[in-house]
Amino acid sequence: MFPSRIWREAKHRYRLEAGKCKKCGKIVFPYRLICPECGHREFEKIILPDTGKLMTYSVIRVAPSQFTDEAPYAIGIAELSNGVKLLAQIADCDVDKIKVGMEIRIEFRRVQTDSHHGVLSYGYKFVPKWY
Amino acid sequence: MRDVAVVGVGITKFGEIWEKSLRDIYVEAALAAIDDAGVDHLDSMTVGCMTGGLFIGQEHLGSLLADYLGQKNLAASRVESACASGGLAFRNAFIEVASGMSDIVMAGGVEKMTDIGGDGATYALAAAADQEYEVFNGATFPGLYALMAVAHMEKYGTTRDMLSAVAVKNHHNGSMNPYAQYPFKVTKEGVESSVMVASPLRILDCSPITDGAAAVILTTVDIAKKLGKPIIKIIGSGHATDMIALHSRDDITTLKATTVAAEKAFKMANKTIKDVDFAEVHDCFTIAEIIVTESMGLFAPGKGGEAALKGETSLEGSFPINTSGGLKSKGHPVGATGAAQIVEVVKQLRGEAENGRQLKTNPKVGMAQNMGGSGGSTLVHILEVD
Repeated sequence: MFPSRIWREAKHRYRLEAGKCKKCGKIVFPYRLICPECGHREFEKIILPDTGKLMTYSVIRVAPSQFTDEAPYAIGIAELSNGVKLLAQIADCDVDKIKVGMEIRIEFRRVQTDSHHGVLSYGYKFVPKWY
Repeated sequence: MRDVAVVGVGITKFGEIWEKSLRDIYVEAALAAIDDAGVDHLDSMTVGCMTGGLFIGQEHLGSLLADYLGQKNLAASRVESACASGGLAFRNAFIEVASGMSDIVMAGGVEKMTDIGGDGATYALAAAADQEYEVFNGATFPGLYALMAVAHMEKYGTTRDMLSAVAVKNHHNGSMNPYAQYPFKVTKEGVESSVMVASPLRILDCSPITDGAAAVILTTVDIAKKLGKPIIKIIGSGHATDMIALHSRDDITTLKATTVAAEKAFKMANKTIKDVDFAEVHDCFTIAEIIVTESMGLFAPGKGGEAALKGETSLEGSFPINTSGGLKSKGHPVGATGAAQIVEVVKQLRGEAENGRQLKTNPKVGMAQNMGGSGGSTLVHILEVD
């Protein structure tokens, strides 16, 4: 993986930066050039909240090559406290105890390693609140 | 706009076709379609293929396939809309004939998926999702549909039994399709004890990795009459997209692109779902068939699973779905699937479906719904016997 591909997403993945439409208030994550709701083109920079609720999940048992060592692992979509939805892995938990509606917080984690000598990719994962 | 008919169809055996290359399987389907139509030339050709590049390192399929089909200097192109590439090729060919730009056009689809291993195929297919915000975080295609399944189960009480009913029905239908990859029946117990891929979806909830091709010939109704073939008219075509990432959508228990594309197709055809006799739909996973039947207006939201369980979508049901065996049993060579659906709809409308899967109801109007990725793009077509 070429480092620039990771580097250009860092503001989203490391700091949860998002854009809030200056006209209709729609929050876009990652940034966009045009609001999908109202077509306005100016956004205010905001930081997403780091807590939310799990809306759906799945335990992945057949993983793509970059995640084979981690299977089984869980992914889910959470709705954050401001209504924005994200997809991430659910870390630090017994995958059999995951439930829809469960409270989660977002933590900064390593997501992928590109072979033994390649780029380390960091980002966000969900962690159940009870951990 | 001119009236357009499908006058020829061709399909290859779907499966792990080690002895044939992408070009071989496409030309086999294309020649079958040409022979079926009885046309003496093509004015152009459009081929759906999701990713020849990632699967076999081959792009520029317009040139390659026209060359190997013996069509020197033909206007030929390849189109891509992930797993809806074949449906998109069909729509583009329809527009080309309807507009008057060309008289005889081939729409086809092809995918050669078994020249790489499972990891490679998973990687290639994941290219249809949001690479940076879904795939990066560990999502797989079964995983994305599993997220929809869990949300649908939570909201509507859809059950394991309902998912199993879809797999059992489609394998029953596919057992009568000589072109199917897995032409055998499965039991509810078999589905429910098969290996877990992405909970709650098991391997028998998933469509397989498949090599295969399909092609159809479109022309004007006037030319079709001269060819003396049964005239199957294209009366509706709808195309829509949705947010590519599942988490960007307002509601993941429905497929908005399918709803919009179906509405467009019904409006063009001046028909409603009640006027349609049967459909081929995109059952890449069992949950997909359930949500699609709801999203295209056949069943109320949350009622698709129950309808499948009660047999309403079986061969003898009130609205048969996937008489071919669907993607589940027939196989899912991604770029070819949309074209293969049209092949089945035409066979049913002509009364030519093989081995006892022909509908006994003398169907007049059939529909095909083909979608890309987790529903980020959808094509809907309605065909009618003239």
